[in-house]
Amino acid sequence: MSIPLSWFIVFATVLFCISIAGIFVNRKNVIVLLMCIELMLLAVNTNFVAFSRYLGNPGGQVFVFFIMTVAAAESAIGLAIVVLMFRNRRTINVGEIDTLRY
Amino acid sequence: MTHAIFQMVCFILFAVVAVGSALAVVSVKNTVHGVLALVLTFFSTACLWMLAEAEFLALALVVVYVGAVMVLFLFVVMMLDIDLEPMREGYIKYLPIGIGAAVIMLIEMLGIIGIKTFNVQAGPNPAGASNVEWLGQALFTHFLLPFEIAALILTVGLVAAVVLALRVRSFSKHQNPAAQSAVRAPGRVRMVKMAAVTPAAPEPKPAEEPQA
Repeated sequence: MSIPLSWFIVFATVLFCISIAGIFVNRKNVIVLLMCIELMLLAVNTNFVAFSRYLGNPGGQVFVFFIMTVAAAESAIGLAIVVLMFRNRRTINVGEIDTLRY
Repeated sequence: MTHAIFQMVCFILFAVVAVGSALAVVSVKNTVHGVLALVLTFFSTACLWMLAEAEFLALALVVVYVGAVMVLFLFVVMMLDIDLEPMREGYIKYLPIGIGAAVIMLIEMLGIIGIKTFNVQAGPNPAGASNVEWLGQALFTHFLLPFEIAALILTVGLVAAVVLALRVRSFSKHQNPAAQSAVRAPGRVRMVKMAAVTPAAPEPKPAEEPQA
């Protein structure tokens, strides 16, 4: 393999920053927020994979395995909460879910 | 040498596709299109992981994310009848802040990564011929307990998702398994003791003469 390590890190950084911007601009839509979190986890996983390969340590790839496990469980529960919220409030707009404020 | 250049060209191609579709995820108006763009991002990233010689994880990413998680997202997005217009309010207002924060973070992170790592090259592949064997060796020797905890987390996630989304309908006719299995014989059958031989019916009394 002849791709420098920095290419992977720069790619992951760009992906991470895009998802940060996505969380800023899509503050109202819960589903897009969840998708941005998935994108962030993907960027971090890319770092793990690249470092695992370049350091020759399998621990990084095992860690990616666990991150994917937890992320799958997280998105399943998150989407269940979204469905529940839509059933009770008829909306998933974050701006309208402010009952805890009062 | 041509092999190296081919790898670099592939990397740039997949990275550009992944970054472009990630931009589409955060910017398209229709959420369904956003989910489909996210699928493309995952797929291109899986190709990049393949280039990083992490074959098992690349395939797992395609199977787990594209096959399961993204289909779940798509299912939820299409099932909920969402009015998209109020969701977009504040998009233009927060766009400069979002882009500013992202660009500042990008510059800072690239500064941390720095110029030193720019040309770090990989050694020979430590996995040898089989990435799966390398990964499995590590997973089932050093990480066996975390592996079983991960199984537990998935089970808890499954149960939690079912419990959260379950709707108990009071009007629907259904069986109650708890009540069914709690039944004991006295609740269903009542033993009545009866004499084997019925006594002879008493003689009917003669009708009393009215007193004179």
